[in-house]
Amino acid sequence: MSNNQNSAGDDKTTGHVWDDDLQDFANQPPKWWMLGLTASALWVVIYWLMYPAVPISITGTHFKGIGLPGSGQWTAIKELAEDQKVLDNVRGKYEDKLKGLTPAAILADQELSEYVVRSARVLFSDNCAACHGQNGVGTVQKGKFSMRERGLMAPILNDDDWLYGGTIGTIQETITGGRQGMMVAHKDTLSAQQIDDVAHYVKAFVEEGKDKADNDPAVAAGMKVFMESDCTACHGTDAHGMQAMGSANLTDKIWRFDSSIEGIKHTITYGVNSGDPEARVAIMPNFGTSGKLSETQIKKLAVYVYKLGGGQPE
Amino acid sequence: MTEPVTKPNKEVVGLTSLYHEHAEWKVNSGESTVHAKRMPGRFRTLKYITESFWLIFFFGPYLRWEGKQAILLDINNRQFHIFDLTILPQDIWMVSLLLLLLAMTLFAVTSVASRVFCGYFCFQTSWVDLFTWIEEKIEGNPNARHKLDAAPWTGDKIRKKVIKHLIWIAVSIFTGISFTIWFEDAYLYWHDLLNFNLTLLEWSVLIAFILGTYYLAGFMREQVCMWLCPYARIQAVMADSQTILPAYDDKRGEPRGRLHRQGSGQPETEKGDCIDCFQCVQVCPTGVDIRDGQQLGCITCGLCIDACDSVMDKIGRPRGLIRYASLDEMEGRPVHKLYQHPRTWVYVAILLLSLGGIIYGLTHLGALTLRVAPERQPLFVRMSDGSIQDKYTFKVLNKTGKDIHVSVRTEGGVKGQKIIGAEEPKLVAHGRATSFTIFVKAPEENIEKEVTEIEFYVVNTEDPSMEAEYTTKFTAPEH
Repeated sequence: MSNNQNSAGDDKTTGHVWDDDLQDFANQPPKWWMLGLTASALWVVIYWLMYPAVPISITGTHFKGIGLPGSGQWTAIKELAEDQKVLDNVRGKYEDKLKGLTPAAILADQELSEYVVRSARVLFSDNCAACHGQNGVGTVQKGKFSMRERGLMAPILNDDDWLYGGTIGTIQETITGGRQGMMVAHKDTLSAQQIDDVAHYVKAFVEEGKDKADNDPAVAAGMKVFMESDCTACHGTDAHGMQAMGSANLTDKIWRFDSSIEGIKHTITYGVNSGDPEARVAIMPNFGTSGKLSETQIKKLAVYVYKLGGGQPE
Repeated sequence: MTEPVTKPNKEVVGLTSLYHEHAEWKVNSGESTVHAKRMPGRFRTLKYITESFWLIFFFGPYLRWEGKQAILLDINNRQFHIFDLTILPQDIWMVSLLLLLLAMTLFAVTSVASRVFCGYFCFQTSWVDLFTWIEEKIEGNPNARHKLDAAPWTGDKIRKKVIKHLIWIAVSIFTGISFTIWFEDAYLYWHDLLNFNLTLLEWSVLIAFILGTYYLAGFMREQVCMWLCPYARIQAVMADSQTILPAYDDKRGEPRGRLHRQGSGQPETEKGDCIDCFQCVQVCPTGVDIRDGQQLGCITCGLCIDACDSVMDKIGRPRGLIRYASLDEMEGRPVHKLYQHPRTWVYVAILLLSLGGIIYGLTHLGALTLRVAPERQPLFVRMSDGSIQDKYTFKVLNKTGKDIHVSVRTEGGVKGQKIIGAEEPKLVAHGRATSFTIFVKAPEENIEKEVTEIEFYVVNTEDPSMEAEYTTKFTAPEH
């Protein structure tokens, strides 16, 4: 078909001929290319010498490389340490400042508190989020024996309701020492009817407001129980609770445990941390004196929690 | 060196002419160095003037403005300083317009007057001109240089070559330094350099520029224009028969022939004005013969025009045998005015658009930029009084030269809402984004929808006219 009888002309060929006319020029590759090839080959040898590149163990050891000029033998862990150092240098200027400051002083410094909010996020996720939820949104505790929800595993941290106080100082105190409130079980001191009445009375606070509930004939029985039994001892006659002992404010719209009538009755009947096997459990572990977290870490967490949305000025 | 050439005697297209063409096909691939002659003239002077624009490249960075470098393209800190102006990465879209503007300028100029950039402004042209000027000062005129190249290595040759290369390297070093100091403080850089205290990157850039300059301007020279530069390849698309470029008037010049002494018997009248003196080739920095027509190697610098004019003066013929002219003019077709050139208008329109965009951008830079990110987890929080609180992360970018304080206000949102966290004005440091958290708390009874639009404003407390706005959402529970 084709008639392309190209000849190599005067150029030298290797002398090989395929398919009658296909010949191979004897041209050298370009000089720059040959130089590049040689340089690459040399580089391979240099690289092998510099790095631990030969994974063959002889008498229990292997060639570890002669290292890079100025920085000694290369190892992955050394490289990690150097990267870590760079990171620490960036954080160091803030971390050094944090050591000497109270959490309140950190809050007053806009730049520093922004740094803390960012860097404490990991601390919070590692230590707090298991109970309080990521970003302090709370986690719902499922019933152990029933499918009914038993309320929150731990309080929501980004609202402004605090059992033990929401100032920066009390938050720091809570994290350092932990908290464990106690509400006695009332199954022996109150009748089932009394518990039912008082549960409806407490529920009415939230639905109608405390003042209206006090004058509501439908819950008058419950009010009587509330005022005459030991409820007021901890929750107060106004039912606002006492932060000094961690008793809950019953008049606000935030529930620590299940807010259904059944749930409220359960809490009253068996108490909280009362020792009763059916009791609600609410324990904030001790992070400071147990040595789990350092003082600076606690300061950072206190500022982080304060800034989640509910922190209260001193 | 010729691209396919427009021969005057096109009508003779016999098969044999193909062989003739092939015989003339020679490619300048750098086997022999082009030693161009320097001749004074209009275009030579013009070229000196235009090339001196590069002095700005060398000395611009030393200019100070209010205690800082006047023009600093601070890539490390991601900001450009141009006198009072600070351009941050957010404004980088203007750079793309600037590139468009420069490209369009190049295209428009090419369409009207061919490769003006190549001939008069290009760094390759300018640096080669400087390098060959140095070469001429040390090694003498082109003849002397050819002889020196061919001569055996004597003490004198070594001395000349060493001096020349040392000066070339010195120029290259200065070029590398001058490039770098556009990107960092010039005086600090010199201090670090003289103490041999540059970073690895700084050393690499410097060495790359020294080697690049030395090799491209000292050795590659016109080869760069012919085989490396993409612009040389694409310019043919932009030029047309109306484009003016250095052209040889072959109607007037042909048939060319050597000038003979009076009375040698050869009748002069049959010949054209070209006396085949090769002066136009001698002076050409890329070594092309302009009489072969427009070609790839021609950077339209006009030096051949100077050379030819001086010869025409000597033999008493009118100037302009080689001149800036369009193909239309040379072939006697009607010459269009510039405004009758539709292609130019298209270029000018795009050029004006991008220029308008840059001017708009520069005048509307906005000293403050606000971004507000609503918290996603949780979307909202119920507070103890039943109200709903949303959390927002503010990022405020302050592009002014100093730190300012901003206050926060809202428009829209829910009736009776309260802003928490901005009771005191917030400090916003200049030149970077500052972030802080703001809460918005709204009474539940006033919330009508799950998602309400809310507009945030940050206002400079010292200058209330400086503000930035961002629209986002206030989220509430379903009810």
